[in-house]
This record gives sequence, C-alpha cells and structure tokens, in this order.
Amino acid sequence: MHFGPHLLLAALEGLVTSAVLALTALGLSLVFGVMRVVNVAHGELFMLGAVLAWAISTAISGHPALGFLAALVLAPLIVGLIALVAERLVLRRLNYNPEATIVATIGMLYIIQQLALTFYGPEARPVEAPFSYRILLPWFGYSGYKLSIIAASALLLVATWFVLTRTKIGLVMRATQYDSETAQAFGIPVDRVYAGVFALGAMLAAVAAVLIVPISQAHYLMGQDPLLLSFIVVIIGGLGSLRGTVVAAVLIGLSDGIISVFFSPTLAKIIATLLVAMVLVFRPQGLFGTASR
Amino acid sequence: MKEASPAKAYALHVGVIVLLFALSFVLPEYHHGLLARIMVLAVFAMGYNMLFGYVGLLSLGHAMFFSAGLYGAGLAVIHLGWSVPAAFAAGLACGALLALVIGLLALRTSGVAFMIVTMMFAQVFYLIILYLAAWTGGDQGLVVPQSARVLVLGSTSLGLTNPTVRYMSALVLFSIVLLMTLAVVRSRYGRVLVAIRENEERTKMLGYDTFSNKLAAVVVSGTICAASGAAYALLFGYVGSTFASVQYSILPLLWVLLGGAATTLGPLIGTLFMYYVVDITSGYTSAYLLIVGIALILLVLFFPKGILGTIRQRWLGWLP
Repeated sequence: MHFGPHLLLAALEGLVTSAVLALTALGLSLVFGVMRVVNVAHGELFMLGAVLAWAISTAISGHPALGFLAALVLAPLIVGLIALVAERLVLRRLNYNPEATIVATIGMLYIIQQLALTFYGPEARPVEAPFSYRILLPWFGYSGYKLSIIAASALLLVATWFVLTRTKIGLVMRATQYDSETAQAFGIPVDRVYAGVFALGAMLAAVAAVLIVPISQAHYLMGQDPLLLSFIVVIIGGLGSLRGTVVAAVLIGLSDGIISVFFSPTLAKIIATLLVAMVLVFRPQGLFGTASR
Repeated sequence: MKEASPAKAYALHVGVIVLLFALSFVLPEYHHGLLARIMVLAVFAMGYNMLFGYVGLLSLGHAMFFSAGLYGAGLAVIHLGWSVPAAFAAGLACGALLALVIGLLALRTSGVAFMIVTMMFAQVFYLIILYLAAWTGGDQGLVVPQSARVLVLGSTSLGLTNPTVRYMSALVLFSIVLLMTLAVVRSRYGRVLVAIRENEERTKMLGYDTFSNKLAAVVVSGTICAASGAAYALLFGYVGSTFASVQYSILPLLWVLLGGAATTLGPLIGTLFMYYVVDITSGYTSAYLLIVGIALILLVLFFPKGILGTIRQRWLGWLP
C-alpha cells in the first residue's frame, strides 16, 4: 500500500478512537466540571460497560443486532445504577472532598476490577457486530460498523451539547457547576444534581464501551488505557469544557492512530503523557480552557 | 496536641526497635522473612508519610522514587558490577535527583493537579522502564545474582541472602530512617512543614519560603523511598517493572492512611497490618485487590486518621 492510502487508513482508525474517547472523556469532564470530583474509577466503569455488553449479547439469541441493541440500552443503565449507588454510599458521605474522593474512587477501581476478574475471568471475549457491511474504497475495504461508531458518537455528543445548553436540566447543571451554594439557595436540589451527573458520566463511558466492544473485545483490564487517555483529553481540552473535550479527543485520537502506525506505541505513550504533564504544570487551565475563576 | 518530653518519645521508638531485634530470635522462619520485607517496605511508607502526612501533599507517583532506588542499585550491580555499598549509594542518588527534578516541576501545581501530575510522571517513568527493556528486562524484570549480593566489611564478608543478615540489614535501615524521621518531625524544620500543611498562605506571610521547604521535603521523601527500593533490590535480589506501576504508588498511601498519617510509627503499623491481612486472606481467595479496595474506601469513610491517629486523638496525646 502506498503512503497516501496508508495515512488515510491510519486517520480513519484514529477517528474511531477519537469518537469513543470523546464520549468517555466527556463523562469524566462532566463529573469533574460539576462535582469537582476526579473519578479514577471511570475506566473501570467503561470496562464494566463492555463486560456487560458481552453478557447481555450472549444471553440473547437470534440476530446479533438484537443482542447488541439490547446491550446498547441495558449496559449503560446498569452501569449508571451502579454509579448512583456508589455516589450515594461513598462520595456523598465524603462531602465530595476532592482528595478523599480520589482515594475512594481508587478503592472502587480495585473492587470493580477484581470483581470483573472473579466473575468474568481473565479471557478477552468478542461481541459480534450488529452488521458486517464493508465499504469498498479504491485502495481497501473498510468496516461500515466502524464508520457507524463515529456517527453514533457524534449524535450523542450533539445530544449532550443540546441538553447542556438548551434545556432546563442543562441550566440546572450549569448553575450547580458555577456556584453550588447559590444554586442551593435558589432551590436547586444540588444533591440530586450531583447524583445524576455522576450516573450520567458513568453511562457515557459505558455507551462508549458498548460501541467499541465489537472491534476490540471485552477484557477486565481494558479500563486502564481509556482512563489515562481521558485524563489527557480532559486536561488538554480544559477541565469541564465540552468543546475543548471534543477538540482534544479528535486531536489525541488522530495523533494516537497515526503515531502508533509509524512509531512504537510505548514511545508514543511516553511522549504523550510527558507532554500532558507539562501542560498541566505550565498551563493548568488547558490549551483551550479559560482561566479558572 | 500535647508535646512529649524528648526522653519519652525516644524511649518509645528505641523500644520498638529493640522489640523488632528481639523478634528476630523467636519468629518462625516464614514470619522472619516476611517481617524483613515489611520493614523495608515500611521505610517506603515512612518516606511517603514525610510528604503526605507532614506537608499534606498527596502524591500518586511515589512508585517512581521507590523504583529509582530499586533500578539505580539493581542495575549498578548487574551491569556495572558495583559493590553493595556503592550500588546502594547509586540508588539513593538516583532517587534524590529524580525527586529534585519532579519536585521543581510538580510543586508548581497543588491539590488535585499535583496528584494527577505526579501520577503522570510516574507513568512516564514506568513506560520508560518498559521501553528500555534491553537494560531493564522490561516487564520480566531482572534477578540480581546471588554472588554479587555480598557486603564486605573489612575482612568479613556477609552474604545478604542469609536470612539473619537480611533481617538485621533491614532493621538497621528501618531504625535509621525511623529515628531520623522522629528527629526531623521534632525539629524546627518539621514544624514549618506542618505549618505549611495547616495554612500555607499564613506560613508564607510569616516569612517562610514555602516553595523551597516543600521542595526539600519532596527530596527527603523521595530519597527515603529510594533507600527502601535500593535495599529491596539488594536484599531480595529482584528488580521488576511492577514496582514502578501505579499500584505501588497507591500501596504506600494505603499503608500510611491505615497506620495513621503524620505519626512516626503509623507507617510501620499500617504496612504490618495490611501485609498480614493480604497474607492471611490470600489463603482463602486470590482476590487481594478487593481487600485493598474495600480497605481504602472504609478508611476514608470512617477512619481518616488511621489506627495511630485515632489512638493519639482519643488516649495518647503525646504520641509523636
């Protein structure tokens, strides 16, 4: 294959990564933005989504699309419910103290990971894609399903943007983010907003995982990379900024796809992580974010 | 907090050291080996406590300082054929230098950003170890040859693989670091660190240079952790990338939280307790990470002060 088509393939793969990454990182960003909580267990909620997708799609017989659709609806709901329970039982009792919640979510990370290992096992298992149509380009055939991931992610991102900026729920969320005490004084149930946002963040991660699982298999350690990449995206994009998150996800996804085609993936990760740490040290508001109040 | 008379505090710590010395002669072989390992890892926890307990800086990247010592000492023996004391010094130097660089960068941030930045630097360190697999052995790690692990003192040579020598070496390192921590905590410098933890702005207003005090604390903490890592490589003869992974940044946090942050003996108690909990439960289940996870959540929810912290608050106000 020539350089041009090779680059196109790398870019397409990168866009698929970006699409999934944008959803996962948006969940992390919302939780941080509204609640000021860094959820270290976010990657494990992603993994849980993928594992549940496998469980649901194997439980349902018939056409693979049927099982996949059931997983797409049920897995995020279950993950959201688990997040809700964790929020009520742990985070709320810690009063959302930023440092205590990091320690607590590290605890959740280990618990979820170990439970997945115990009940799901160490194997990587595939989920069948809902359809297997291949789009034929002049140089190579490309999976139609992968392109549909990009479309689905874009749709969800637009929907989230719409909810955040154009609806009453979004207004309440933004008010809580801006000043939770004043919001409380105006009768906004800040407590319930927090619970809802935490569940929503988890559900976004779970949806992303269900979308990616037909092409990357479900495994109990699969949450590590998305967590690190989401951190990177959220930091580069500016904490709590939706537009920044999406721009950064596309940037990181594309460069990750292209760099790892041409260079060693470990070296790519070293450079990316180091760059992001430097951004955080020298420009803590992110490359696209505005200075914090 | 009441202040202990120096004699009382030192008597308690010397008592603990004497107890550990005496235990060497009565413990069965298995627990003897385990306790040697716990003492080395307790040094790691004490180094962590220096920064987390006294300065209030929560780092999620201390595995890099531990493994800087581990690899600094281990690789000096394996590739350069250095003697045990020289390799130990190399490990310390690596840790101190790394801590200085990381401190200069990471201390520009605070709070949550500090936690994430330290975690990321540790991740970079971990990935570099994997990337340089030709020298570090990658995720397989390297074994430090038994023949090289001999401490020559004058005309006698002590094999560090001998259980008694190993136990006593661990105890010597542990005692030095414990008494040093006690001295630092009771010194003027230690009080400045606590003042920074309680109210950095006010400390600054009183005319203290908080940045250089914090930087010194990072370097001291990193060097102690590197000492633990170097001792681990030389005493137990294994150097591996697992020790640089995130998990080994979380473990000292867990040990310190459990034993009691900002107490001198808390790190030992936390390490001892957690090690035995994992050891006992691993007889029944392989799910030891589950125990770690549950312990972390229960600790932050119900015992944020840890075992010794709670004892100090309720009964023994003079505990250092």
